[in-house]
Amino acid sequence: MTISENLPKFKTFGTRPIRHDGLDKVTGRARYGADVHLPGMLVGKVLRSPYAHAKILSVDTSKAEALPGVKAIVTYKDFPIISGPLVFGNEMGNSRIMAENMFATEKVLYKGHAIAAVAATDAHIAEEAIGLIDVKYEPLEPVLTVHDAMREGAPILHDTMTTLFKVERFGKGEDTGVKSNVASQIQFKRGDLDKAFGESELVIEREFNTKTVHQGYIEPHSSTASWSQDGRLTVWTSTQGIFGIRDATAAILGIPASQVKVVAMEIGGGFGGKTLTYIDPVVAQLSKKTGRPVKITMTRKEVFEGTGPTSGTYMRCKIGVDKDAHITAAELHMAYEAGAFPGSPVGGGAMSGLGPYKIDNLIVDGLDVVCNKQKVAAYRAPGQPQAAFAVETVMDELAEKLGLDPLEFRMMNAAQEGDRAPSGVPHLTFGNEEVERAMKEHDHYNAPLEGPNKGRGVAVGYRLNGGGSGSAATINVNADGTINLLTGSMDIGGSRAAIAMQAAEVLGISSDDVNPQVVDTDSIGWTGTTGGSRITFDTGRAAINTANEVIQKMSERAALLWEVQSADVDFEDGVFICTKNTEDRFTFKELSAKLMDTGGPVTCSGIDKQGGVGAQLAGHIVDVEVDPETGKVDILRYTTFIDAGRAAHPSYVEGQMQGGALQGIGWALNEEYYFTDDGTVANSSFLDYRMPTSLDLPMIDTVIIEVPNDRHPFGIRGVGETVLIPPMAAIANAIHDAIGVRMTKLPMSPGAILEALEDAG
Amino acid sequence: MAKRVQVNANINGEDTDFLCEPRQSLLETLRDVLGLTGTKEGCNDGNCGACTVLLDERIVDSCCMLAVEAEGKNIITIEGIASPDGLHPLQQAFLEEAALQCGICTPGFIVAAKGLLDREPDADEARIRHWLAGNLCRCTGYDKIVRAVLKAGETMRKS
Repeated sequence: MTISENLPKFKTFGTRPIRHDGLDKVTGRARYGADVHLPGMLVGKVLRSPYAHAKILSVDTSKAEALPGVKAIVTYKDFPIISGPLVFGNEMGNSRIMAENMFATEKVLYKGHAIAAVAATDAHIAEEAIGLIDVKYEPLEPVLTVHDAMREGAPILHDTMTTLFKVERFGKGEDTGVKSNVASQIQFKRGDLDKAFGESELVIEREFNTKTVHQGYIEPHSSTASWSQDGRLTVWTSTQGIFGIRDATAAILGIPASQVKVVAMEIGGGFGGKTLTYIDPVVAQLSKKTGRPVKITMTRKEVFEGTGPTSGTYMRCKIGVDKDAHITAAELHMAYEAGAFPGSPVGGGAMSGLGPYKIDNLIVDGLDVVCNKQKVAAYRAPGQPQAAFAVETVMDELAEKLGLDPLEFRMMNAAQEGDRAPSGVPHLTFGNEEVERAMKEHDHYNAPLEGPNKGRGVAVGYRLNGGGSGSAATINVNADGTINLLTGSMDIGGSRAAIAMQAAEVLGISSDDVNPQVVDTDSIGWTGTTGGSRITFDTGRAAINTANEVIQKMSERAALLWEVQSADVDFEDGVFICTKNTEDRFTFKELSAKLMDTGGPVTCSGIDKQGGVGAQLAGHIVDVEVDPETGKVDILRYTTFIDAGRAAHPSYVEGQMQGGALQGIGWALNEEYYFTDDGTVANSSFLDYRMPTSLDLPMIDTVIIEVPNDRHPFGIRGVGETVLIPPMAAIANAIHDAIGVRMTKLPMSPGAILEALEDAG
Repeated sequence: MAKRVQVNANINGEDTDFLCEPRQSLLETLRDVLGLTGTKEGCNDGNCGACTVLLDERIVDSCCMLAVEAEGKNIITIEGIASPDGLHPLQQAFLEEAALQCGICTPGFIVAAKGLLDREPDADEARIRHWLAGNLCRCTGYDKIVRAVLKAGETMRKS
């Protein structure tokens, strides 16, 4: 259902047409990363470290090279050395970190860290060859948790890394000069905490732990490269950002980005995990060495062990309230595992954890801690689901002790426009109270839930969405009144349709009159990665800007035909009208047929680089049943709410909400990397890393709340990520309601539930 | 390198001779030898269902059988689901119900669901969820997929 009060209706925007790329995807014609086959193509395989932490003493490739069918082998020595500090720059990382994560240099830093790659005439020979590479290691003590990494005398992963102290998320920070495994500390602080806690009626403080989890996209990473003799490199890859891959690949290879063309293949899921480069420069170098195209497709085990999951964490959260149940003060201390290199999403947790609430006195501390695990990558609302698990569980306990309805308690403390967010900046408008009110009034929240061991829980999630990082669009008008709309934004879940519908709305044509294509880096202006929930918002604005330019150009053509000035041409509801003689009219289609006679084709390009989306709230209600004998938790009913701004294509907004709930349910109940003491991942398969199946879930109900975002012409807020913030806390709160125990560790697996029941006696 | 073996199977209604190595899986052979890349690889160990094909009307994970075992069998892949006249009701329902996001699991789901609806076009939600439990989707939460299969069943019962 959609709650949208007194808002204007659109013609195309907000309807539910069949997506343009759907037909290819239901018939098997859509081409994904691994579907690339080129004449003379070789296949590559990667050799990976069996140790979590070890010195590499020697690498002998001679036996592998001698195997018939092997054409080339590369290690880090085949790439330029990239100097510069090991400092996390932004979510794309920096090229030194990406290069050293791509191939280990002197040390391996996690089990699965790549060491060498082989190109051979087929995959089986390549696999045999990597088994013939002889690597001598000197194993070192692995550092596997933030506590291990921060203890006195802990083995140091990077000799040159010192702790940075930052007061803003991407700020450069002050170098403390302290050599440690803490890459950086971010801190927000305001008010007088001692005084505020001292004056509180009730204060609750709890500790939380969460485990490493993977995005779990079904398509393994795959990349194919062909390096031609003139120095031009073409890469076909499955990624969330073709320009990100182009720029990173060029930097790692030490060549100009203008020499690299990255071709977007369809992407089989990403969720943030396909924003970094792992194998693109490797296939490029193997192609250069062999003079042939080379493809590498990861195995599922490699995806788990060699790409970036999201952080395991340790958190401590303390919140106080006064006698009127208003929050007096809050503390949120977080240490996030970054994996082998700096760059955990602790900044995201710091910005958002306490975000839904008005808090005058607070301290938020976030530590980015390196350890001998996979270097983390973005995962849907990076760092924020973990922080919300801590904050929303404490909020639930406060409401319980105060004897208040948990939603009522949240609404009493909801941040309003102009209140300061945790980082200190004032909030813009977002549907905080609207979402909470919709939850409170919903049938699910008010329906009876009877029987033993059943419980209901709620939680909300706050996020500052991305946007403003740059998108381009090109529109070519066809003589039949249709348009070809080109963008460089990878479509992970229906954004092509949502962007096409925005251009259609401006031009007064139907969604079917738009042919949206995601093209390569040679064919479109620089466009940032698909991430930060920004694509329907940013690339949508680029398409709208471009469509407006199309109208301008076509108005000039109409003016020519009517022998008036272009200022005398109006465009309304898809019709060009001459203001001097209102009988003179052309529909968009009619005028499109006259372009060749009035000066040639109309083709326009536009960009978008304005401000970001702003804040957003989502909320979830869940009913569970806990089996006290086995500890198994069943999801009985699930309803998810979000302030979407305005929903471009409601079906795909619902899809994001339902998919976010699924990932959250997995994160809450089952999913974790199981590390043995020596740092081996013991469950790197879909059999043992148990993601929810259709049998584990009920239907997932959705409520879209529309509070328009004034930074977008149609009000879009973006919906890709906030959907994953509330589930873990909502389920933990439901489990408490069912069996009376507070869960403070993820996952809340059967074993963990039984242990918690036992501890509670 | 092992010698290639000649195999004859009926693939999507056509008698097909192909050569494969004894160690090649049916999935690898469909994709790399026959160019039928609509069948996807998600895990290569029988846990995600992206490579589901119909083998003599039974659903199998094509990563878990050897191509040489396909000798004399009837195989239907995603490329063989639509007819020249139009889409299969399942394909139409997946489009109308927005039952796909990234689309990588979609071929496996459609083939697996066909295996069910060909036998039981009146399968209910519980039956569909049970039948499709071998196919992983990470994007949709399964809600719209289950609805699409229910809708396709209805269409198939009517025709």
